[in-house]
Amino acid sequence: MGENPNMDTSQAEEIVKTVTYNVLRYDPDKDSKPRMQRFQVPVPKGRTVLEGLIYIKENLDGSLTWRSSCRMGVCGSCGMFINGLPRLACQTQILDLNADEIQIKPLPNYDILKDLVPDLKPLLEKHKYIHPNLVRREGKEIDGLTGEFFQTPKELENYIQFTFCIKCGLCLAACPTVATDANYLGPQALAQTFRYNTDTRDEGNQFRFDLIDTADGTTKCHFAGACSDVCPKGVDPAFAIQLLKRDMLLHKLHIKRKEKGVPILGKVTDGKRMKGVPDAPEKTV
Amino acid sequence: MLKESTYWYLFLLAGLFILVLLSIHMTIMHLDQLLVAIGIGSGDVLKFQSVLARGRQSFFMVSYIILLGAALYHGLYGLRTILFELNLKKGLQTAITAVLLIGGLGIFVYGTYVAIAAKMM
Ligand code: SF4
Ligand code: FES
Repeated sequence: MGENPNMDTSQAEEIVKTVTYNVLRYDPDKDSKPRMQRFQVPVPKGRTVLEGLIYIKENLDGSLTWRSSCRMGVCGSCGMFINGLPRLACQTQILDLNADEIQIKPLPNYDILKDLVPDLKPLLEKHKYIHPNLVRREGKEIDGLTGEFFQTPKELENYIQFTFCIKCGLCLAACPTVATDANYLGPQALAQTFRYNTDTRDEGNQFRFDLIDTADGTTKCHFAGACSDVCPKGVDPAFAIQLLKRDMLLHKLHIKRKEKGVPILGKVTDGKRMKGVPDAPEKTV
Repeated sequence: MLKESTYWYLFLLAGLFILVLLSIHMTIMHLDQLLVAIGIGSGDVLKFQSVLARGRQSFFMVSYIILLGAALYHGLYGLRTILFELNLKKGLQTAITAVLLIGGLGIFVYGTYVAIAAKMM
């Protein structure tokens, strides 16, 4: 295969060095077990691990498979095990790794679908299990919303950090407990439990506490903190799990109970709107 | 069987009791010279007669029983947590909980009998 002109960096960018990509290859339809394959990748300043993979696909081996989309750390699809750590390939610059050889494997603690594509089903199923949506006693408050929920900036601050989760699954790949016990709900789902339970618009506290009140819930966390170390969005799921434990205890002791969510304001205009903030667009569905 | 969180709350409570009772134990048994220095200890805490004398006091009998219960619960809960990490089936988890509960209760009853018998001596 000839060099792709779009990827020809020789004229536009100065090649700083050439690194060896040592990439795990595995096609369950053909291979009995995974193998490693080496590629030489030229590196201009700023090239990410993901761009290196694109270089390989376009110039060296079109069959190399991985998952990616946004290329900007937003979609959460390019999680890989890069030089011994779960990282987003699009957010990891090759030169920052400070290595002549880069080993890339699919995320650990997941089955491999093909090459660098992990099967993220366990992550998504655990996430869905804790009902990652606003739960209200009155269904109509969600389905046929007539106004805005009232929430102060202070109340938002209590959980906003945990809304940054992009479901990349790096935390589960890093978690030593998930590594030995696939049933453990894991840092992502537990952090999201805390996120929704802390949201003053939500009324699903007891409901979610009951869901996670099993031997596979919060009590299984060893507080190794590996999840928070690798999280690319600063979510700090290990911290969320400890806060969740505290809230479960305070809830049980009737010290801190959130029985009712904040009300809906009568009309949208009841709330203080900053100057220049336009009306919400018309509903499309 | 109890809810998982209930086992955990009891574990925390047991830890709290251990903290208080162990502090009393450490003070009496290991800071005995300090107690003598401030005039509230006899200094011969390890002598058989001293051990007997303590056992005869209601305060010590009750604290021995509470410490035994708390330490047993705390330790066995820890053991259960370790065993549960072996990715066991639900049925086996329930069986382990039952065995630890019955075994722990047995040891507790026996230890309580010893503490009460010592009080009667
Ligand atoms: S908590 Fe962090 S590491 Fe885990 S899925 Fe969310 S963004 Fe990824
Ligand atoms: S490609 Fe979207 S996060 Fe990396």
